[in-house]
Order: sequence, then structure tokens, then C-alpha cells
Amino acid sequence: MARIIVVTSGKGGVGKTTTSAAIAMGLAKRGHKTAVIDFDVGLRNLDLILGCERRVVYDFINVINGEATLNQALIRDKNCNLLYILPASQTRDKDALTQEGVGKVLDELTREFQYIVCDSPAGIEKGANLALYFADDAFVVTNPEISSVRDSDRMLGILSSKSRRAERNEEPIKEYLLLTRYDPDRVKLGEMLSLDDVQEILSLQLLGIIPESKSVLSASNAGIPVILDEKSEAGQAYADVVARYLGEERPHRFIDSKQGFLRRLFGGKK
Amino acid sequence: MLNTSSVLEFKSSTFFAPILILFNNDMAAIEETLHAKINLAPEFFRDSPLIIDLRDLNKQNQDLDFTHLTQLLRRVGFFPVGIRGGNDQQNKQARALSIPIDTVREQGAPIIAGNVQKPEMNPQPSSQPVTTVAKPSVNPAPIPPVAVTSTLVTQPIRSGQRIYASSDLIITSQVSAGAEIMAEGNIHVYNTLRGRALAGVHGNTSARIFCFDLQAELISIAGDYKTSEDLNKQTYHGPVQIYLQDHALIIKEIA
Ligand SMILES: Nc1ncnc2c1ncn2[C@@H]1O[C@H](COP(=O)(O)OP(=O)(O)OP(=O)(O)O)[C@@H](O)[C@H]1O
Ligand SMILES: [Mg+2]
Repeated sequence: MARIIVVTSGKGGVGKTTTSAAIAMGLAKRGHKTAVIDFDVGLRNLDLILGCERRVVYDFINVINGEATLNQALIRDKNCNLLYILPASQTRDKDALTQEGVGKVLDELTREFQYIVCDSPAGIEKGANLALYFADDAFVVTNPEISSVRDSDRMLGILSSKSRRAERNEEPIKEYLLLTRYDPDRVKLGEMLSLDDVQEILSLQLLGIIPESKSVLSASNAGIPVILDEKSEAGQAYADVVARYLGEERPHRFIDSKQGFLRRLFGGKK
Repeated sequence: MLNTSSVLEFKSSTFFAPILILFNNDMAAIEETLHAKINLAPEFFRDSPLIIDLRDLNKQNQDLDFTHLTQLLRRVGFFPVGIRGGNDQQNKQARALSIPIDTVREQGAPIIAGNVQKPEMNPQPSSQPVTTVAKPSVNPAPIPPVAVTSTLVTQPIRSGQRIYASSDLIITSQVSAGAEIMAEGNIHVYNTLRGRALAGVHGNTSARIFCFDLQAELISIAGDYKTSEDLNKQTYHGPVQIYLQDHALIIKEIA
């Protein structure tokens, strides 16, 4: 059975699109046929991060409106032939997304793909609600700061009450926490919330901590998902996330401050 | 051939609706009392379905025009969805308004599952009340045993979510900041309470709030409240209980 994953957050700019591209690539690299859909109508971003922006002919809205078939609109990734991208429209208006239309497209995708990753727009409006409505699993992307945690909490409330699973009284959406842009040094200085602080409020199953890393920006500039940069910490952290999601046990990394460790080693003062 | 199961399906289900029991047929007094009740929990009552119970009125031979009552209830924001204990004339009016008629079962039996009537812990304060919502009548007739229900919630209550219980409310997970929990009876939170908790929302001054870790934005019992500003003046370690004493909220650690 195909699984529909929504990558969501409430707050904007926390790393949803970065995460969607990384985990979709990670799942495909591990042999699962995966589609990733950009729900951020008007802002088109995912195709840039995956480096396929020049190959976009048709988009999600064209498929919903019956102006193109799904196969015409899906773009096969250049690095992995099990990964397909369904880009968002840059020109259409957000109202073009309808629950019925989205449902039909997802229905068709579930027949062909093993995983369908939905990159949600920010906010708690229609676009975000549609991205999560059909989901089986939710990756809640949160930054270690209070406004992001609050918004994630709000999103969790919507996940548990406004999804198809909630409406049908089915088993609830499985919710996972992804703590991104984590900087242990700043946590130590008290400038950022710690993992414990975040979990005190959210208490979710932790799928992974993605450290703040320059490699994320260089990867997105190059149009290659950061998970393919195996040397980078962010890339390794995303690979761990995919492995844990697929059921592997992996200890959490990138929680502690390296600086702190050195200081402890040499007995330096803080 | 049409596959009928793809068109519709009947399921048995329960539906929550408060019951309005009338003790007096004075329309002006009813309206005034309703407004006072609604002000206690405006969000909860907005667009709420309502079942109208006229048994007491009819026992006292107080006549009441059901059509006028319905108009009044709709005006203040209710959706009447049922009548019980009406006389022939009232039932006829109900039928004309497409409002279903419930035949009166034995006193105290719940009309709708999940809305079991709950005995008052406190005698009604002032004189004979004009109306009461989802409460048993103050009736000298022998009180049959009624089930006291409580509502149990095990999943976390997240920011933006609201829970209302016409009984006691027991929550085993956390209540996030930005969430709101309300009960006509007591509230128990066996976890951290960060949101708003309102117990005794229909005026039951003996209702209490119990919680493991008090970090609430607001606590209220029968309309008397404290906000986080007041609460932050003191830190509490471990479980606390909150109750009313002379219109003041008392917060006590449970040793
Ligand atoms: N782990 C990270 N380290 C450093 N920078 C990051 C990290 N994750 C994301 N970023 C940067 O944060 C910015 C926002 O990321 P992204 O576009 O993925 O967020 P988003 O949640 O999809 O935003 P929106 O809500 O606008 O859709 C980008 O510039 C990205 O490069
Ligand atoms: Mg995005």
C-alpha cells in the first residue's frame, strides 16, 4: 500500500521544502518509487531545489483541471529514476486547488507509487489543509524557537481533527517530529530552545534532528537535494531520518555541541 | 446497475445536544435567563443544537406557545432539534416546524447517549430557576438513580482545539497553550495544563480543577477566573487542586 506523507509546519521558512526534497530522494534512493508534490501554488520552489525547473511543462493545477495527464506532468528526477516531481503552478491562483481535484490526483498516484510526499505551504489556510487532508503520515518540521513550536502544536491539532482519517474515524495520522536548523552551540548559549524544551511542549516521536548547515544552501543553489551530499551533516541527518522512518534503529546525532565537548576535554571555562 | 453503497449509508451514531428544561412560561424571563447563561460560555452555545423539555411546565399546567419559543431560541443563536414532554398542541406546532418529537421515557433516562443528566452537587443557589440547561429539574418526585458520567480524553489537546464536557472531564495527556477545555463538572488533567481550563461552566461553584503541573493561561470555576499573570506570581511544584471559596479561587498543592 502506498503511504502519503505530508511535510508540514504552520510557520513559514522552517525547512519544509528542503525536507520534502531530501526525504523523497532518500526514499527513492532506497528503492521505493516515490513522487513528491509541491502544494505551494504561486511560489514554486521544490523544482528549484530538485534542479528540474527548466523541465517544467505542465503542473499540478493542469492535472487537476484535466489540461494534462499525470504522466505528462510528472518530471523524472535526473539523479534517481525512481523519483518523480509534480511541480506547482507559478501562475495560477490558489483557489484552483480543490479537495476533489487533489483527491483524484493522489488516488491515481497511489496506484503507481509507494510513497507520495506532499510539500505543504506555510500557514493554516486552504493550501496547507489540502496538503494534509489525505495524509497517512505527517512530518512536522519545527525550528528550535517558540513561535515555530507553537505553530507546530497548532498544526498537530489540525492533523488530528481536520484530516480524512479524522473525519472517517480511522486510525489517526502518524505524527513525527523533525527538528531542523538545530544549532547546539546556540542552544547552549540559551539563544535557541533545546530538544528537551521542544519535546516538553510537543511530545512527539522524534524522527531526527537536522543541524544548521551551510551545505543546505549550497545544495539548493546547485539544485541537488542535500541528502545526496553524504559528507555534510545535514545530508547524513536526513539519511538517518529516512532510515528511521523505514523502521531502522539509529541513535540520534547532532544534538550536542562540539565546542562543548572540546571545552570539556580541555577543561576550559565557559 | 447502481451500486447503492457508493451513494449513501446509514450508520447508528450518537449526537450531542444540550437539553433545555423550562420551569416557567414567562417568555421575557426565559430570554433574560438564557442571555445570562450564554454569556458564561458564548462560544459553546453559538449555533448549538438544543432539545426542549416541557414536562415540568406541563405538569404545572403552564401553557407555552412552542412556535414563539422556537423563534426566541433561534434568535439567541440556538438550533432547536427536538421536543419532549410537549402537550398535543405543542407537538403539533413542533411537527409543523419539522422538529422531531421524543416520547417521554422514564424520568432521568438520557434522551441522547453521551448527555446523561447529572445530579447537582450543590443545591441551586437562589430561588426557583427559570431555566436550566442540561440539568435535572429541581423536582420533589423521588429521584431515580442516574448514571454520573465523565468524559475521558487520552489524546493531547493541541493549540486551537476545544473540548467541552457536560460531565466531569478527565484528560490524561497534555493540554497545550492555546487550547481550551471546559466542563460542567470537575476537570482532571493528569499531565501538564498549559491552556485554558474552565470548570463548572454552568455555574456549579463546587466544581474543582485538578492537575499534575499547573502552567495554565487561564483557570476558571463557575465564572471566577485567574489568568497566567496572576498565576505566575507563584510557582507550584507537583499536583494542585483549585476550588472556589467565597468567590476566590484557591490553589492548593496536593501533598
Ligand atoms: N538545516 C538547515 N541549515 C541551514 N539552512 C537551512 C536548513 N534548512 C533550511 N534552510 C534554509 O532555510 C530557508 C527556508 O527553507 P525551506 O524553503 O525549505 O523552508 P519552507 O518551510 O519550505 O519555507 P516556506 O514556508 O516558505 O515554504 C532556505 O533558505 C533554506 O536553505
Ligand atoms: Mg516551502
